[in-house]
Amino acid sequence: MSVSVARRAARTGRARLGLGLLAAIAFVVVFGPLLAPWPPTAIVAPPLEGPSAQFPLGTDLLGRDVLSRLLSGGGTLTWMTLLATGIGVVLGALIGLTAAYRDGVADTVLMRAMDVVLSFPETIFVLVFVAAFGRHPLLTASLVGVAFAPGVSRVLRGAALPVFDSEYVLWAKANGLPGRQIVLGEVLPGVTSPLMVETGMRLVWAVTAIASLNYLGFGITPPAPDWGLMVSENQDGLAVAPLPVLAPIALILMMALGGNLVAESVARTVSRTEGKS
Amino acid sequence: MTARWLVRRLALGVLVLFLVSVLVFLVTQALPGDVARIVLGKDATVEQVANLRHQLGLDQPLLEQYGRWLGGLLTGHPGVSLQNKEPVAEILGPRIVNSFTLGFISMALILPLSVAAGVLSAARRDSFADKAFVAVTSLSMALPPFVVGMLLIALFATTMLGVLPGVSDIPPGDLPWGHPAELVLPVATLTFMGVMYLGRLVRASVIDALDSEYVQMAVLKGLSRRRILFRHALPNAIAASLPAAGLVAAVTITGVVVVEYVYSYPGLGTALVSAVNSHDLPVLQACVLILAATYYLCNLLADVLAAAGRTR
Amino acid sequence: MAKEVAVSGVTVKAAGHAIVQDIGFELGRGEVLGVVGESGSGKSTLALALLGFARSGATITSGQVVVDGVDLLSLPPAELRRARGRKVAYVPQDPATALNPSLRVSTQLTEGLGQPARTRVRQLLDTVGLPSDDAFLRRRPRQLSGGQQQRVAVAMAIAAGPRLIVLDEPTTGLDVATQARVLDLVRELCRARDLAAIYVSHDLAVVADVADQVMVMYGGEVVEHGPARSVLTRAAHPYTRALLSAVPSATHRHRLVPIRGRAPSIDDARAGCAFAPRCDYATPSCSTTHPALALAPSGTLARCIHAEEVTRNFRTVPRAPEPVVPPANQPALLSVSGLNASYRGRQVVFDVSFDLRPGQCLAVVGESGSGKTTMSRCLAGLHPEHQGEVTFDGSPVPAAASRRDSRTRRELQYVFQNPYGSLSPHRTVEDGLLVALRHYFGVHAREGRRRARAALDRVEIPSRLADRYPSELSGGQRQRVAIARALVCEPKLIICDEVTSALDVSVQASVVELLRSLMDDGPSMIFVTHNLAVVRSISDEVVVLSEGRAVEAGRTDQVLTSPSHAYTRSLLAATLDVPDQISPR
Repeated sequence: MSVSVARRAARTGRARLGLGLLAAIAFVVVFGPLLAPWPPTAIVAPPLEGPSAQFPLGTDLLGRDVLSRLLSGGGTLTWMTLLATGIGVVLGALIGLTAAYRDGVADTVLMRAMDVVLSFPETIFVLVFVAAFGRHPLLTASLVGVAFAPGVSRVLRGAALPVFDSEYVLWAKANGLPGRQIVLGEVLPGVTSPLMVETGMRLVWAVTAIASLNYLGFGITPPAPDWGLMVSENQDGLAVAPLPVLAPIALILMMALGGNLVAESVARTVSRTEGKS
Repeated sequence: MTARWLVRRLALGVLVLFLVSVLVFLVTQALPGDVARIVLGKDATVEQVANLRHQLGLDQPLLEQYGRWLGGLLTGHPGVSLQNKEPVAEILGPRIVNSFTLGFISMALILPLSVAAGVLSAARRDSFADKAFVAVTSLSMALPPFVVGMLLIALFATTMLGVLPGVSDIPPGDLPWGHPAELVLPVATLTFMGVMYLGRLVRASVIDALDSEYVQMAVLKGLSRRRILFRHALPNAIAASLPAAGLVAAVTITGVVVVEYVYSYPGLGTALVSAVNSHDLPVLQACVLILAATYYLCNLLADVLAAAGRTR
Repeated sequence: MAKEVAVSGVTVKAAGHAIVQDIGFELGRGEVLGVVGESGSGKSTLALALLGFARSGATITSGQVVVDGVDLLSLPPAELRRARGRKVAYVPQDPATALNPSLRVSTQLTEGLGQPARTRVRQLLDTVGLPSDDAFLRRRPRQLSGGQQQRVAVAMAIAAGPRLIVLDEPTTGLDVATQARVLDLVRELCRARDLAAIYVSHDLAVVADVADQVMVMYGGEVVEHGPARSVLTRAAHPYTRALLSAVPSATHRHRLVPIRGRAPSIDDARAGCAFAPRCDYATPSCSTTHPALALAPSGTLARCIHAEEVTRNFRTVPRAPEPVVPPANQPALLSVSGLNASYRGRQVVFDVSFDLRPGQCLAVVGESGSGKTTMSRCLAGLHPEHQGEVTFDGSPVPAAASRRDSRTRRELQYVFQNPYGSLSPHRTVEDGLLVALRHYFGVHAREGRRRARAALDRVEIPSRLADRYPSELSGGQRQRVAIARALVCEPKLIICDEVTSALDVSVQASVVELLRSLMDDGPSMIFVTHNLAVVRSISDEVVVLSEGRAVEAGRTDQVLTSPSHAYTRSLLAATLDVPDQISPR
């Protein structure tokens, strides 16, 4: 059923636009580093030069080629986003389903623990750990994932509770089917729709969170090229040379918008099909 | 909503905030090995490290460290900054005023604007204006706040228009409302983000209410469109979107950190970022706890309002 | 002189298909028209169309609804709005969702009426038999019982003094006693205020009780229309007759006759009579000519070319086998003694005891809130929070399913009330049965398939449906599959919890008959229901539950014919029957 939802969602106009944007970004991320005319970290010219044949988008505040940094700077954001989403969704789903299955003490303890994590806005949650353990993109991405888990777990617990109370799960309980089989065989397929919607939304939020953290300098460290980092590096030169700031912004925008269009059409398709079963 | 429920909910809130403080304490002070060494860097002498350990109380048992730390926070004496040796309370005091001003003005704009936008859009469902609103919100909801901030700077604070300051530096000792021009862009950024999110949710819940059987019943009773929209649909729709208002407070608080950094606005967010960069533990801990507590209180308030709406 | 209400040619279309077609009737002051039909017959769409309203996606394409000299369908929107409530008013099916949860009773009663005096509101509430003190006026719908909510809805409908009220299944979901009081109220209002009323229902007995004229709908059309007594006793349309034969009676035990085939859907191509594919009288010409409504010898208008032949036949109702009386010394299969159970901290079952002997069908009957579902879930091991002794097949049974041995779980099967929730939506019909077969017998592939197909065959599910998902089946089909899933476990006892309450009468008939036939070859049955007529038609013994206590128990015919407890008597008195079903007149 989830396959058919994905297929139907992909047929809508907005989803196609979104997929197109994501494909373009994917192309830049995968092939960009090979196409870059200059090494992304090399200082090759005076700072803040305007566009020219040699430097099509000009140079940044340190005199590095903006186009080359742009072409090389998507990879980090991409893998960090995917990792954060993956951790958030898998961890959240596990916790949410466990809490829903083991109602009672385990449920309360798990959900209160989630409340504690939830009471940090995720940026601040990440900052606390970064302050203690230093900057590593891997750490930052994992932390964003962990910060997402409580939200995902709440949604999944909420979606799973009625499924656990549904008659077909009661039948399985009355007939003594093993717990693992009930959770994986009966309940999990019953919550694929919210899981898909949640994944799409978290993917978009992860782009926002990771790009923001890189912008603040708490993800990847200079001089590595990254779109978020480029914005903060060149912010002071905005009045003189807007391109080093606006060009990475345009790419972040495409990525976030593309993701959001796809996520929204999945959510719409799901909510439209839900009513019919 | 019963008084018992409220008491339980508040007690739970205190417990959660206590756990949050334990977590912050453990992560920043107890876990990462020798904190003093990390703070001072590799080149510090053994004597410097020992001094700092003593100053931070790291040479005492963990429980005692925590007790003193929490006691200090609760009595308004969260220690002394490691960076410039000033009391943390004095550093953060004006910054709290600045950040809360920013947050409050934004929320005060977000709530009415979201309701207005959501209701207008839902009442003219599938019209051009509604479709435009939906398109703009789905474009903007995905934007990181710093991107919105940078675009606003590029638009209003550089050569293009150049009418507003792109750096919102409020001199120490001044109150933020003495500098309205400096507030415009940060507030605009936060408000834009909030309205895009909450306005869309309000629209969805108004549409849900308009599709309900009680609205169909109101139509069949021959009530006017205006009465159906404002008396029948709106109160239920607002009750349904109250929990989301808590989420918006969350988005706003996260936004405050980033937006302050974008505009170099002297608030808790910028203090937090520089405290992380300079390993200024006492400032960092105080900032995190203040932001987390505010965030939690917003969510609690939304929960309580939602529960009140349900039982009313 | 024209009648108070004159409706003609009303047609409602959705996506190009007519969901209600060419409906017409006239109704005088104080008269009640009952509109009967099964789900999908278009009766609710018609009810809304009478107020000039169509749900989104549907449009009223033609017709006239003249009330008090004004054609509602030709009014401009602003005037139509004023006519709603004043000329024609509506009483919804489910007041729990149709009353605004956030507005007070007084507000909902008076809005749109200008500024009526408090005394007027109090009069209204008195009229519908509700308290009229200030405290009541300040309440919100959630603080009222189901019956009170429905009375508020009725008061709301008559507040502006309409000439016609349209009641759309207003008593569905109410207990029989509450239903009886609401019906009394409707009758009384129509008489006292000279109101015309249209009463839409799926329940023939209810319509028989309240209506002067009856209109039977099928596939969006009127198939029979006439004076209530004529339609119910001398029906000229085969569908009306089939419907009557499917209704169980609380006074006679008879076999229920299901209608074969399935109800038409709106996008079915139709040239001839919509009922022809399911009709016993059908001839080849039925599938080519679309019959018109014509006066039949029964004195009713019937849309059937064989109306004369149909009317000539007396309606006969096949008798059901008499209840089985087991030998007195036979040991009980299931024995319950001193069962007490709580739900959310409140005790709902008090000291219930009974025995079930092999081969018997025991009905547990009670209204909503009587504790019957909690009790049956205790037996199935799904409600471990209970005390008392349950003995099955000679050995004591632990409270929780997880503590029972595999054989007990297998031999004691449970079929759920809601056919939409009892099957995994992501498993095909056959796959769902295979889960049970693998779990209990460890059988795989060929053998599993063979047994699954055999069970489906037993419940009359064609094998082409084996690969379908539950969402592609009708409610009745799903309930059969759920029964098949119980059968593959080879049970000794099947507990059926309200298994027919979500189904149309013709489908209910087929499920009841299926269960009856299953009992011939083995399992005993506990049949939990609120419907005394169903109890009469299937069970051998009955336990009557009221507020968690077993107030009466015994042989079904004895309890239902001469009840000894006051509660049973009141329940029987409130249970409606279609009058004189077997009428030789």
